[in-house]
Amino acid sequence: MKAEAPILAAEGVSLRFGGVRALADVSFEVRPGEIFSIIGPNGAGKTSMVNCISGRYRPTEGRILFDGQDITRTATSRRAALGIGRTFQNLALFGHMTVLDNIMVGRHHLLRTGFVRGMVYWLGGAQREELAHRREVEEIIDFLEIQHVRKAVAGTLSYGLRKRVELARAMALKPKLILLDEPMAGMNLEEKEDMARFIVDLNEELGMTVLMIEHDMGVVMDISHRVMVLDFGRRIAAGSPEEVMADAHVKRAYLGEPDEAAHDDAEHATA
Amino acid sequence: MTSMTPAGDFRSSYRADTTIFPTRSSMMATIAGVALLCAAPLVFGRYELGLLITIGFSAIAALGLNILVGFTGQISIGHAAFFGFGAFASALLVEYHVPVPLAIWGAGLMTAVVGLVFGAPAARLKGLYLAIATLAAQFILEDFFARARWFSGGVAGRVTEPYELFGLRLDREETYFYVVLAHVVVMFLAAGNLMRTRDGRALIAVRDHYLSAEMMGVNLAYYRTLSFGIASFFAGVAGALYAHYLLFVSVEAFNILYSIQFLAMIIIGGLGSVMGSMMGAAFMVLLPEVVQAGADLLAGSAIDRTLRLGASISFLREMAIGAAIILFLIFEPDGLAHRWKMIKAYWKLYPFSH
Repeated sequence: MKAEAPILAAEGVSLRFGGVRALADVSFEVRPGEIFSIIGPNGAGKTSMVNCISGRYRPTEGRILFDGQDITRTATSRRAALGIGRTFQNLALFGHMTVLDNIMVGRHHLLRTGFVRGMVYWLGGAQREELAHRREVEEIIDFLEIQHVRKAVAGTLSYGLRKRVELARAMALKPKLILLDEPMAGMNLEEKEDMARFIVDLNEELGMTVLMIEHDMGVVMDISHRVMVLDFGRRIAAGSPEEVMADAHVKRAYLGEPDEAAHDDAEHATA
Repeated sequence: MTSMTPAGDFRSSYRADTTIFPTRSSMMATIAGVALLCAAPLVFGRYELGLLITIGFSAIAALGLNILVGFTGQISIGHAAFFGFGAFASALLVEYHVPVPLAIWGAGLMTAVVGLVFGAPAARLKGLYLAIATLAAQFILEDFFARARWFSGGVAGRVTEPYELFGLRLDREETYFYVVLAHVVVMFLAAGNLMRTRDGRALIAVRDHYLSAEMMGVNLAYYRTLSFGIASFFAGVAGALYAHYLLFVSVEAFNILYSIQFLAMIIIGGLGSVMGSMMGAAFMVLLPEVVQAGADLLAGSAIDRTLRLGASISFLREMAIGAAIILFLIFEPDGLAHRWKMIKAYWKLYPFSH
């Protein structure tokens, strides 16, 4: 991978809720075209980090740059147009809409029809625009193999399918960077394999940069280009999957090894 | 639940798959229904036509409220005040020599502006707090109607002109019925179109999951406020139609009880359903008539004499409305529109419905 300008950069991001420190001085960079994973024990601040990037939380300190532009204070709803899409840890589909409509909401920032032209569907070009975007949405539906449920109401789908529809909705934004918060949580092996394949495909074929939180170490180590480990809101390691796996801090955080087992800290100090 | 497309209905283009009606036969049925309604003045008397006219403008107002409550997930208990504003606004415009057909739409726009002002808190408030804020709107507007004589004629009310198009006076039930019908068709098509395009989907997204809607680029404050504007526009047009039907507008009509009736219409008809708004309006307008007919039948009968109901029979009407709302909330919370869907599904699969 070339040393390009990072697509996303967090610079000393801290986040406090009252006395609780969710994130403490976290810095990292995501390069264009890579799959970057954040791992860490429960409560390590992974989702808080993603929430800072997507705009749900505003960092107490530090700043976040996307494509070289400071987005720390950009309104959440403006970030879709910049090129940031995301899925949620706990399903966040529009439960009463069909799968198709859910994905069409993802096109929101790309559509130009306001409510007045929407009401006179046939006259103001609304129909033409709808049909053009429908075509692109169908491509995403094909890509994720959810043709059979496109007219189903999202709230009635199985868990694995809902996760897939959420991914479809995020992809419909045409994001440069897609944030996936535990895309494989609660899935069976087969569903996990499918999801891993989709993530690799959308990264390689569609060129979307992926920032992913995931607990399944097998998947993370298999498909990530680089991994960052958080523990108690602090970055304790970052690097290639192999480097991170060998890191003593990481072993301690995950396996609870006693301190003496990590006596060789200095040797493994990471980038 | 998969889609309800009937067997043999294959769509080979996206255009055919995005029609406003779910199936071709449902479109035919709707067109036939409107055509049949056009013949209503030949069949019905003035009283029945009056009921149909009432259903018509109530349905437009209920549809507006449904866009706000059912589709966007906001709440308003001041809808009747906006309905009233539309009625007065149209009467006022007519006084300034605006022709009635234009005044109706002008009144809708004026009401939309007022709705946007009162809807501004909606960008920040939710649930019960918003309910109280809209209650305030109800009382502020009612008070305004009573005091602003230049606008509403004060306590005395305001007289207005009948609908007139190309020199034709449409002031009798037989003719005004067509005016209301035309407005109903236009408004329902507009709402149906809105809900299948960008901004309509955004409204529903705000209702279903506002956090992820925001992430999809939907500006919450804008759409929450916009929804008030659209709801008020519908209420305003409906109020104007009411004004040019009765030809006299007075402040007492637009009280909070009327607001609650609109809420009852959309709950009974089906929250988040365009056609449900029509069904709910028809139900709420016809229910008192049916109960009244029942009460008249009961009066002086054997049951009346044994139970000595006497004058209390006339209260049956009010009780029936209350009972209907409670029963619907318990047994059919998704409203008549949902029940209708179930009936259709039953016949489609008959006799293998289980």
